[in-house]
Amino acid sequence: MNADDIKIELEHLSMAYGPYVVMRDINARVNRGSIFVIMGESGSGKSTLLRTMIGLQSPGEGDILYDGQSFWGLDEEARRVQVRKFGVLFQSSALWSSMTLAENVELPLAQYTDWPQADRQEVVRLKLALVGLAGFEDYYPAEISGGMRKRAGLARAMALDPEILFFDEPSAGLDPVLSRNLDKLILELRDSLGATVVVVTHELASIFTIADDSIFLDAESKTVRVQGNPTELREHSPDLKIRTFLTRGEFSERGATP
Amino acid sequence: MTTTACIPNLAVERTSPGVLLARVSGNWRERATLPGVEPVRQVLREEPSVKSLEFDTAGLTGWDSRFVAFISQCAGMVRGRDIEVQYDGLPEGVRRLLRLAHAVPDKADAHRAIVKASFFRNVGERTIQGWEGILGLFTFLGQNLMALVNLLRGRAQFRWADAFQVMEQTGPQALGIVALINFLVGLILAFVGALELARFGASIYVADLVGIATVREMGCIMTGIILCGRTGAAFAAQLGTMKVNEEINALQTFGFSPIEFLVLPRMVALLLMMPFLCVFADLISIAGGYFVSVGMLDITSTEYVSRTIHAIQLKSFLLGIVKGTFFGFLVAYTGCLRGMQSGQTAAAVGQAATRAVVSGISAIVASDGIFAVLCNALRI
Repeated sequence: MNADDIKIELEHLSMAYGPYVVMRDINARVNRGSIFVIMGESGSGKSTLLRTMIGLQSPGEGDILYDGQSFWGLDEEARRVQVRKFGVLFQSSALWSSMTLAENVELPLAQYTDWPQADRQEVVRLKLALVGLAGFEDYYPAEISGGMRKRAGLARAMALDPEILFFDEPSAGLDPVLSRNLDKLILELRDSLGATVVVVTHELASIFTIADDSIFLDAESKTVRVQGNPTELREHSPDLKIRTFLTRGEFSERGATP
Repeated sequence: MTTTACIPNLAVERTSPGVLLARVSGNWRERATLPGVEPVRQVLREEPSVKSLEFDTAGLTGWDSRFVAFISQCAGMVRGRDIEVQYDGLPEGVRRLLRLAHAVPDKADAHRAIVKASFFRNVGERTIQGWEGILGLFTFLGQNLMALVNLLRGRAQFRWADAFQVMEQTGPQALGIVALINFLVGLILAFVGALELARFGASIYVADLVGIATVREMGCIMTGIILCGRTGAAFAAQLGTMKVNEEINALQTFGFSPIEFLVLPRMVALLLMMPFLCVFADLISIAGGYFVSVGMLDITSTEYVSRTIHAIQLKSFLLGIVKGTFFGFLVAYTGCLRGMQSGQTAAAVGQAATRAVVSGISAIVASDGIFAVLCNALRI
């Protein structure tokens, strides 16, 4: 594979809270423009890995390469420039509660572009319209529903036209229809923006719908158990645990050799 | 149903060699006290040859989770011994619950190990904690000063809109409470002074006492303490809640510095508002003294005002303003520090607010002491 096609590389990444090791020696590559899912059991360190990837928590060992360039080797100032290429949708949406939805989306634009205000507002309207929130510009986060907050968070994550979009449990707290719509939106945005997408989730329906590639973090061995396309893993993986996970346990109940 | 049938009862018998039968009867549901596992334990201890433990629940008329726990306890007692537990005699519901409870084996390493650390280890750990705390204080101070420098150079990620909003909350909206407290402090000073000074026939010096005490000490220190309770706690709670909501993480993922973005507006707002609040507090407190002196002592209005003007030196007045501004800095610093240090739970946010007030007031009083020593040395 051409080296230019690799967007993200995880290299011997270890993560720890004090003496407690969460994950060790994680290696993976993410292709440009693909949707990459980080899956695993509860407590296996998925969110910790995401926090390390977006610069919120330094790794114990190892590094992450974006476009072949070290991320944790950068000094803090350079890392702050690098993270502007990211868009992150947090599990709790994490909208800034003292600002309206429009202000939430506009803030990054106001800080990092020198566009006139009229242009910025036009872009803000567009981003909110993309996630189906046209007309809600002047609402505060506390005044809208959880599903709408998620979408507003996504609009904000897209504010700076990011190269990589990160999602932390996007379907958490959403009903099945909303979460399906969010999946469609993720696919749509990837196809139109050409962004690389990294999703942390254990929602099977979503995994099979959106993922091009995935890794499975194993809480027991504390590292990556397998990397591959989830649909293929479900059908052909020799690993009992993976197939059990991807079939909600039905595979192991049927027996190891169906 | 007779009363005896309702009483929960446990009888342990040996039906055949090696078989222990626990006969349970009565209603195990509504009684506060139930027979414990003691009888079973006792028989097990006396009879080392027991090979099987059985239950007879024919007389059992009611049960709840405590009964299941009782059975579970009995089973736990024979664990490790070569004794078989027969669950057949139990009601179907109890058997299913037991099966469910034992489906996932007890995770031995999940239990918290209670290690009694040695004295020296405790001392060492506390020392390291304390040291890290102090280091944190200075790191935060350094970050704040850097942010202020960036602001002066026009390079900070700073929104004046935020600062104006905080100014409104900490300035005009605090006038009421600042006025009330300082007016009362002025009253109290005048009363205390009047009683003592009247004995020497020097009642007129009440004006000096109130004036000097107010502008040098009481005005700024009372305003500092009010703001600490009112604004410092609010800062800590605001930042703590933003931490819980991941809002601070969201700022960081946009490359925003939380210090410049959240702490700096609060710091600037307090630094700008405190001098005004102090002047206001001084005036109100002197008005309190005036009220007592003119209303209750034989001092005329003109006398009081002219004594006050005569007594207050410019340097005392300025000292009060400088100290007040410094206290404003301390309130913003401790409030924001505790907020940024807050954990991610509701309890942690409450704790952060408490710690903000405690450390803010301590810092204000301690630094006022240092100011007093310095002023004495410099003869200000």
